[in-house]
Amino acid sequence: MSDKKPIIEFKGVTFWYGGANDKPAIKNINLTIHEGEYVALLGLNGAGKTTLQLCINGVIPNSIMGEFEGEVIVYGNDTYDTPVREMAKFVGMVFDNPEFQLSQMSVAEEIALGMESLGFSYDEMTKTITEVLEIVGLRGLEDRSPFGLSGGQQQRLSIASALAMRPKILVMDEPTSNVDPIGKEEIFAVAEQLNREKNMTVIMAEHEVEVMAAYADIVVVMHEGEILLNGTPEEVFSNVDLIHKLGLRMPQVTEYAHRLNQLNLASIKKPYPVTLDSAVERFKDIL
Amino acid sequence: MEPLIKVENLWHIYPVGNVTALRDVSLNINRGELIGVIGQNGSGKTTLVKHFVGLLKPTRGKVYIDGEDTAPLKVQQLAAKVGYVYQNPNHQLFARTVQAELEFGPTNLGLPEDEVAERVEQAIKFFGLEDLRDLHPYRIGFPLRKLVGMASIYTMKPDIFILDEPTTGQDNITTRKVYHLIEKLRDEGATVLCVAHDMILLAEVVERMLVLRDSELIMDGTPRQVFSNHEVMASTHITPPQITILSLRLRKDQQTLDDVVLSVDEMIELTKQSNTGKK
Ligand SMILES: Nc1ncnc2c1ncn2[C@@H]1O[C@H](COP(=O)(O)OP(=O)(O)OP(=O)(O)O)[C@@H](O)[C@H]1O
Ligand SMILES: Nc1ncnc2c1ncn2[C@@H]1O[C@H](COP(=O)(O)OP(=O)(O)OP(=O)(O)O)[C@@H](O)[C@H]1O
Ligand SMILES: [Mg+2]
Ligand SMILES: [Mg+2]
Repeated sequence: MSDKKPIIEFKGVTFWYGGANDKPAIKNINLTIHEGEYVALLGLNGAGKTTLQLCINGVIPNSIMGEFEGEVIVYGNDTYDTPVREMAKFVGMVFDNPEFQLSQMSVAEEIALGMESLGFSYDEMTKTITEVLEIVGLRGLEDRSPFGLSGGQQQRLSIASALAMRPKILVMDEPTSNVDPIGKEEIFAVAEQLNREKNMTVIMAEHEVEVMAAYADIVVVMHEGEILLNGTPEEVFSNVDLIHKLGLRMPQVTEYAHRLNQLNLASIKKPYPVTLDSAVERFKDIL
Repeated sequence: MEPLIKVENLWHIYPVGNVTALRDVSLNINRGELIGVIGQNGSGKTTLVKHFVGLLKPTRGKVYIDGEDTAPLKVQQLAAKVGYVYQNPNHQLFARTVQAELEFGPTNLGLPEDEVAERVEQAIKFFGLEDLRDLHPYRIGFPLRKLVGMASIYTMKPDIFILDEPTTGQDNITTRKVYHLIEKLRDEGATVLCVAHDMILLAEVVERMLVLRDSELIMDGTPRQVFSNHEVMASTHITPPQITILSLRLRKDQQTLDDVVLSVDEMIELTKQSNTGKK
């Protein structure tokens, strides 16, 4: 881990949206993310995941009003005085409600829009559009209107649009909340592949802990604006009591391991298994 | 007994793009059933359930609610009987405040003021919306907006309650609230249809699953039957809950339907039984 280059650094970051909210949405965040890491953010609704993510491309503090303290450095740029459109050259964002992002006439044009702004050639665009639609499973729908797509198809489209811009950092905010289970796996897997092959850094907010444990290198647990846990999935999901106390869920196989111990049905040593394959291996003689 | 919902050879073709979203679907649903509707993105789930509320009309075929053909009926005429919580709450909510949103449905049903007030209070309490009463639905976050969508149907107490992806974007605590909602609706005698990709939720709450693939209904069975059918799972983009797969993989050779567990609790029970067996 230590040989990796730190590319995102949060130093004492606090942000208040202001208005009726008297509490800061995130407070005193110190976090270092290295190039090529796959980071998952976990936390209850309102924990501050989206707010933290919006600091990475500088939308906070540049486009959203509020009170900002601290420093966010991304690839050497202080987000405070870097225009968001500069940041967009290397930070791609996918939000959870794609309808707000959709704008163009057809699926293909929707993807072309972002690429145009980065100056891709026509040939490159055509080739990339085919490529990314293949990746997210929307080939054949090039000419459809984004508004006539199903909920999950729209989410797949916004992921395709972000991928087409070949970001060095991909920030995704619950990008698969409407996607079917295999599609969800596929999108996590694609992110992992780009992460491995292109050294793309991924920062993903997600509620489904099973996929998170299977794909992320690092899990960051947030609660009321603060980071409470930061470690590998095995490390984080070994903090059973805290996870439960916060009202979060563990992967089902991890919960099973924990309950076996508690009920004295078996003696399972920590770290508990957090993925299906490791659980099958650990429990092969249990039934 | 006459089924509460009867679907006969239903086809739906969206004129825009000429998309066949449902192809010759037939099924019956009885009063009091708890049903999950599953299938990959674009398989036709939302299109199917929108026919039960009158938001879509059959291109071909028939849909009967409580014996009545829905073709000539308006959404308002079905609203007393069927409630639909949209996949996207932005398509559902329109009032200026959460409170007004919750009052709208029952007032429109012609209920007396005190009854409306009582139902609104019940819903606010059940969903924990106390602090949001006076806010504009668009001023609150997506997950809470979705709860407001559920609450505003709950105040109408329809016989048939349809939830389209109720746990999208919800954390574990609000997801639990959706479990309780479904249980409460069941206890109050409602018929519940839940469209979802959240298999952990469905495995724990529904008794029957309708599986759609490419606009067709390809399976109708219990969660245990559906999750242990490898061919159906592989071809529909669905994965059973992680604990279910674990049970299937650990019991590869001697699989009966009883070996298919649906929750961590059931897995613990199965482990206890097998421990006793070994001793
Ligand atoms: N635009 C806004 N204006 C005012 N307050 C906001 C705004 N966006 C978020 N907040 C508040 O900031 C806090 C953190 O919210 P944030 O959206 O970052 O949480 P989250 O972890 O992404 O939650 P979710 O799981 O619901 O997406 C919450 O208290 C929320 O109400
Ligand atoms: N308004 C519309 N106009 C044209 N085609 C549509 C429209 N709405 C949906 N479709 C198409 O009809 C098919 C079925 O869509 P539907 O919304 O019923 O799928 P779904 O199973 O609910 O998917 P998801 O899991 O993504 O919500 C899809 O191919 C979709 O693109
Ligand atoms: Mg968020
Ligand atoms: Mg749908």
